[in-house]
Amino acid sequence: MSIERMSAEELLGVDKFNVDEGEAHIVVKCECCLECSDKPCLYICPAQCYKLLDGKLAFDYVGCLECGTCRLACRQLGNSGVATWTYPRGTFGVSYRCG
Amino acid sequence: MDEEESDRFDAIIIGAGPAGAACAYALARAGKQVLMIERADTPGAKNVTGGRFYTYALEMLDNGLTAKAEEALERKVTHEQMMMLDGERSLCIDYGDPSFAEEGKVPESYTVLRATFDEWLSGQAEEKGAMLVCGIRVDELIERDGGIVGVRAGGDEMFADIVVAADGANSLMGQKAGLIDDVRVEHMLVGAKETIALPARTIEDRFALAAGEGASRLALGGARGVNGGVFIYTNRESISFGCVLLPSVLAQKHLSVHDLLQDVKMHPAIRPLLEGGTTIEYSAHLCPEAGLKAVPEKLFRTGFLMAGDAAGFAVNQGYTVRGIDLAILSGLAAANAIISTSVPEDVGAVYTEQLDALGVHRAMQMASRFPEIEDDPRIFAIYPKLANDIFSTVYHLDPDSRRPLYPKLKACIKGDTGFGAILKDVRKIRRVLRQGDGS
Ligand SMILES: Cc1cc2nc3c(=O)[nH]c(=O)nc-3n(C[C@H](O)[C@H](O)[C@H](O)COP(=O)(O)OP(=O)(O)OC[C@H]3O[C@@H](n4cnc5c(N)ncnc54)[C@H](O)[C@@H]3O)c2cc1C
Ligand code: SF4
Ligand code: SF4
Repeated sequence: MSIERMSAEELLGVDKFNVDEGEAHIVVKCECCLECSDKPCLYICPAQCYKLLDGKLAFDYVGCLECGTCRLACRQLGNSGVATWTYPRGTFGVSYRCG
Repeated sequence: MDEEESDRFDAIIIGAGPAGAACAYALARAGKQVLMIERADTPGAKNVTGGRFYTYALEMLDNGLTAKAEEALERKVTHEQMMMLDGERSLCIDYGDPSFAEEGKVPESYTVLRATFDEWLSGQAEEKGAMLVCGIRVDELIERDGGIVGVRAGGDEMFADIVVAADGANSLMGQKAGLIDDVRVEHMLVGAKETIALPARTIEDRFALAAGEGASRLALGGARGVNGGVFIYTNRESISFGCVLLPSVLAQKHLSVHDLLQDVKMHPAIRPLLEGGTTIEYSAHLCPEAGLKAVPEKLFRTGFLMAGDAAGFAVNQGYTVRGIDLAILSGLAAANAIISTSVPEDVGAVYTEQLDALGVHRAMQMASRFPEIEDDPRIFAIYPKLANDIFSTVYHLDPDSRRPLYPKLKACIKGDTGFGAILKDVRKIRRVLRQGDGS
């Protein structure tokens, strides 16, 4: 295959996930985000789970690679919109075959 | 209490990465009852690395273990490569040394994929008698009389004389134990990586490798001035291509880690190495990089120890990244401490001694000031440009042969890269390296 730029969605499409429909392992309180001027989560998340939709922050835990960067960046550089951050319950989330 | 005693372990280890598995291996070998709890379906399935493993750590864990690991490792590294990128230009230095993989000796390092390697290492611990449960996330620590006595996972409670947190860079367990407040974001790099499948022959041709041998390549200067670097490791039938970047600078410059990785992938000196390949995985992980600064002040309290990335034991030396070896050594140090004393209050002190004895502290000390060099924008922006300028001057054929080369070269070295500025940097690097020597 020819090497091309790939969007985060395309890249995540090759990964193996078992999405926990019953429990979100990360919860973002989007009210806090209104006051967050830099919005570091938009840049530091390798999976681009954080997006701006009509100027407002939108978060979806599907596709999260569980790196933990947003947990640290939001609290220390943002406005603590990430209200809950845990790893997904056992067996859920991403499963790397290479790593 | 009775019920609790009946399923009491000598040690519970949270996380079956290299730190946890090495600790379990050494404890089980000494006849201890050990339980490893791993949140992934199989060990390694949540873990990411760049891709090179230094074998000396396995040999310290158990003499001859590397030979058994061959199947779980990728290629023996015989080529060390360093790249400097500036815009579309590139400079690459290749150091080839077949003695790194001489017949009859343990190869110095291998490229590695973690899903295979971690499963293998925890399998070795199981063979020694350790118990492994997968697909279970530890939620809480159980505390009693000022000490940690067990863990809560799902609805279950499990008890042990000691709990070892080997839960990786984003250690929630260290926080729950009250040993770390919060890992500082400036002490961490965010890593993102594509694993790109290619036939073995293609990889060997492109990197000029003998069959079974591998290359480790780090590149500076590709990330639009963001602190960090790019790595390329050749596996048996794939290439690990990724970057490690400083989150605070990404945020400040409004550059996304995903975009930057895609930019570098399309660089004219990188893309041809990957061409024809298929991306089979995209992965991400945090990587501690601040040397001793990222190591919590206290790594233990009664009934609780931290090892591996959880304790901040990883170093980014610019030309190489090390963490898997230090994870194994600190896991071993923890096991030695647990084995050698029966007084719970003493384990922590013996652990510190063991970290010294096995060289973990020393490696961390040596690395402590590396970020001073690496995080200096001159290293990943100005020097890659200077190196490319010099080579451009030397190799650019000037039809007017009357103009001598020296003044042109001298013209490269001015301003930011004037002799004075370079000398200052050389002195700084020398200071950092000297301090690392302890001299
Ligand atoms: C991009 C990148 C490149 C790197 N390159 C290199 C390199 O080339 N060479 C090198 O030597 N090092 C490298 N490193 C560093 C190296 O990968 C780490 O230092 C090493 O993985 C640390 O091992 P560990 O056992 O401490 O932690 P991990 O490997 O992270 O293992 C922690 C384990 O704990 C489990 N866990 C976590 N929380 C829980 C819980 N609550 N319950 C149950 N289980 C849990 C996880 O699933 C995981 O299996 C790199 C790191 C990154 C991110
Ligand atoms: S960094 Fe935190 S507070 Fe800021 S926008 Fe992102 S989630 Fe919201
Ligand atoms: S944990 Fe990592 S991948 Fe998941 S949302 Fe946060 S930054 Fe993105």
